[in-house]
Amino acid sequence: MFDRRLLQNFDWVLLVLLVLIATLSLVNQYSATFVKDAGWSRIFIKQFYWYLIGFSILVLMTTFDYHALERLSWPLYIFVIFMLLLVMIMGKISSGSQRWLNLGIFNFQPSELAKISIVIILSQFFSSHGEYADYRLRDLWQPFLLILLPCLLIVEQPDLGSALMLGIIAFTIIIIMKIRWTSLIILAGTILSSVPLVWVTLKDYQKKRIFTFLNPESDPLGAGYHIIQSKIAIGSGLLSGKGFLKGTQTRLHFLPEQHTDFAFSVWSEEWGFFGSVFLLIVYLFLILWCINIAKNSKDKFGSILAIGITATIFWQVVINVGMTIGLMPVVGIPLVLFSYGGSSILSTMIGMGILMNISMRRFMFQ
Amino acid sequence: MKRSSGFDQISIETLNRRLWFVTIFVFVVFSLLFMRLWFLQIINGRSYKEQSENNRIHRQKITPFRGVIYDRNGEILASNLPSFNLYIIPEDIQDRELLLRDLKVLIGLDAEEVRGKLKKESKTNSFEPVLVKKNLTWEEMAKIETHLFNLPGASLQPEPQRNYIYGDFASHLIGYLGEISEKELESNQYPNSASGDYIGKFGIEGKWQKELSGISGKRQIEVDAAGRQLQVISQDSSVSGRNIALTIDRKLQASADAMLKDKSGAIVAMDPNNGEILAMSSSPSFDPNIFIMGIDKTEMKKLTSGKDSPFQNKAISGQYMPGSVFKIVMAIAGLEEGVITPDDAVSCTGAYDFGNRPFKCWNKKGHGSVNLHRAIRESCDVYFYKLGRKLGIDRIAYYARMCGLGVKTGIELDSEKSGLIPDSAWKLKRYGVSWQAGETLSCSIGQSYVQVTPLQAARLISVVFNGGKVYQPKIVRWVGDKNNESQSKPLLQGELQVKRSTLEEVKRGLIAVVNEAGGTGGRARVRQTIVAGKTGTAQVAGLDKKMKDNAWFVGIAPAENPKIAVAVIIERGEHGGSAAGPLAGDLIRQYLGFAEEIKTSADQDATETVEEH
Repeated sequence: MFDRRLLQNFDWVLLVLLVLIATLSLVNQYSATFVKDAGWSRIFIKQFYWYLIGFSILVLMTTFDYHALERLSWPLYIFVIFMLLLVMIMGKISSGSQRWLNLGIFNFQPSELAKISIVIILSQFFSSHGEYADYRLRDLWQPFLLILLPCLLIVEQPDLGSALMLGIIAFTIIIIMKIRWTSLIILAGTILSSVPLVWVTLKDYQKKRIFTFLNPESDPLGAGYHIIQSKIAIGSGLLSGKGFLKGTQTRLHFLPEQHTDFAFSVWSEEWGFFGSVFLLIVYLFLILWCINIAKNSKDKFGSILAIGITATIFWQVVINVGMTIGLMPVVGIPLVLFSYGGSSILSTMIGMGILMNISMRRFMFQ
Repeated sequence: MKRSSGFDQISIETLNRRLWFVTIFVFVVFSLLFMRLWFLQIINGRSYKEQSENNRIHRQKITPFRGVIYDRNGEILASNLPSFNLYIIPEDIQDRELLLRDLKVLIGLDAEEVRGKLKKESKTNSFEPVLVKKNLTWEEMAKIETHLFNLPGASLQPEPQRNYIYGDFASHLIGYLGEISEKELESNQYPNSASGDYIGKFGIEGKWQKELSGISGKRQIEVDAAGRQLQVISQDSSVSGRNIALTIDRKLQASADAMLKDKSGAIVAMDPNNGEILAMSSSPSFDPNIFIMGIDKTEMKKLTSGKDSPFQNKAISGQYMPGSVFKIVMAIAGLEEGVITPDDAVSCTGAYDFGNRPFKCWNKKGHGSVNLHRAIRESCDVYFYKLGRKLGIDRIAYYARMCGLGVKTGIELDSEKSGLIPDSAWKLKRYGVSWQAGETLSCSIGQSYVQVTPLQAARLISVVFNGGKVYQPKIVRWVGDKNNESQSKPLLQGELQVKRSTLEEVKRGLIAVVNEAGGTGGRARVRQTIVAGKTGTAQVAGLDKKMKDNAWFVGIAPAENPKIAVAVIIERGEHGGSAAGPLAGDLIRQYLGFAEEIKTSADQDATETVEEH
């Protein structure tokens, strides 16, 4: 039953890349939550355990053939929708939004799981509907509905960042599957024309964030404060950084949420241009490797699945880093695998496990 | 593999070509990130480095001005004073021991105490300023100011501080400020407050915290390496709290407070025509200013658990047996139910035998033949025992509640108590046994289970003299500014459904109490006007039989056109007529503006009693 080729094909490169990022993250968490004479911070220790659990899940995800996910796509999707509804009804409210489910030992954020689920169900749809042909808009009503439902539930929480993320991931998959140019233009037109509509539904603090992104100096004490302080932190790192535990911006607590959304700023301040570029190159390598897995997969479902998961990683890295260096507005997207957060680590590790699974079974059809 | 779909060649090529584009896209985006990092860290790095190191930015909070509390005539009762507070930012300290020594030499700060504060506060963030000493004197401030250059880490902050102008004055009513507790922070009820803030904890300060507190502002300042302020970069001004005017009269309140000094008890004065509280005093009391400076635990404990509970506002949360004051309700009930007429006479022999025990009248010799008028005037217990027997407890309770007893008045203050008006259903539910007829007799003279608050007592006599209108007592005249006054109209909670003749008869009785020979309330008499009222002497519930009785007096004047109603209770004062009556008389005299010099012999009597204290 057990195929020895599976072990031979184990994707060590992927594993090494992940372990490397996890290690850098822990080093950074230690600094971000460091308090003199206070020993290991609780957040550092928790993050360490999240990685242990995360890597166990990664291994677990390789033990079955990923084609099982094709059949599981609908039940998983329905489960995620159910969880999102549950959040709406009995979620934990924290700083104005209702995103978490209290599971006793930790607070789980179902919107993280939604990313994986939407990738799986879209892979299932595109692998079972036609070839890599030009899709017309009317061919795509089903995936649109599938995306829209969780997006609306997440916007309602309100967690605009996560909802946007979900939309971008799904959109990336559709683009790569290639839809007709004319359809794309219609789609883009629709989205642009709906901008004023969306603007009306935005909460005041979200509008403010977009304004301050456009001109951070307009509100240096409020929303613009984060962007300005993050840029000072990163900029003052210079070529080689201020050194481990020596970042004054970090020690001063100038960066709010420095262990989650602004973890990259902490890293850049202490390790400088070299450090930040090194970290980004590791991510770049990871993404290229994932694209390679998609290329090498010998069936449609596998390759679309790999593309979707890769898109998840790519966009989260770009949006988070872009935010900390002032290229994107402040949205609550953590730096995947690097920021603190159990839900994010678990869902990412599930994705990475699926990629590993696809990679290990790339020779199965020869 | 069952499900292997098998790619055809074209598909693989198509996909690979697309993924090739994707790869290029990824490279382009990452190049953008690299370029931006290059721009921030290499090209502009120097300037950011300078901003982060040489010119550190501190964020400061600007404490808002708390709303001013006025009395009904616009006199200020609580305001704010500038206070200079000494802060230390742990991270900016260069030599801790030297700093502690200097502070000790300069202003005599205990080094150990400061060390403890720094240790406790700087656990989470050593850049957060730690408050070391509040409210420096001018001398201390001058010393620190001149040596500030040699005290790296220390800074002076001017901040508004609450000032209760008259100190121990209406303390229970106005309340006090205290540091916000962990629990209060987590409760989400104080969205504008942060750790270390002072919030209203009691009385008006507590109940109207949201209006009074205002919104704190923020200030971004640039400091040098030693934490000295170089310049203000930007500022979000704070929003001052809203002012509040109370309905109390400062002078009347001060007199009431003075009357209760060294006694335990409460005084409530109210305008019978709209329920506005003119004075509300409770004793023993405290000086709310002491909480501002930070009060230590042992002192706090002494206050909270002190003799006669200094923190209890006895005017609204003290529940006392009303004693003979309750006879007002009895008289209304008796007349209204038709079980007596004003002329029906009852014979009092000093006691009423009921069952196998005698219910005594306070006058052991007996009053002889008494009708209602005389029964009220001389407070004959036997008359009311018999009346109570005829009425039964449930009918008594009905009228008592109609007069606003047994339920909270709804005054806008926390910790109001409802008092207690018992009936047969209540007793069955509470004790599981049925009502005893003997208990009705005790209740008829306001003993046993019956309990009222001084506020309810003041409202009771108001209701009799204002034509039966039960107003919700009002303590706040306006919030924000004077123009809002119209918004708070008197709130009518109910009206007595009784005959006009009934009220007239009771009123005549109550006037007689003060003004006719033989009346128990002669010492509340005011020569220039007609005071009406009722005395009460109530036993104290408790195991200790030797406890002295509580003294009650409720009074109102002028009887024909009432302007002020007063309830006085003096704990362990023994006799309502002598311990409480004169106080009510003096307050009425003062409020109506009558000079004290012109005295009748009866008044002189009363004044002397007051002067003893």
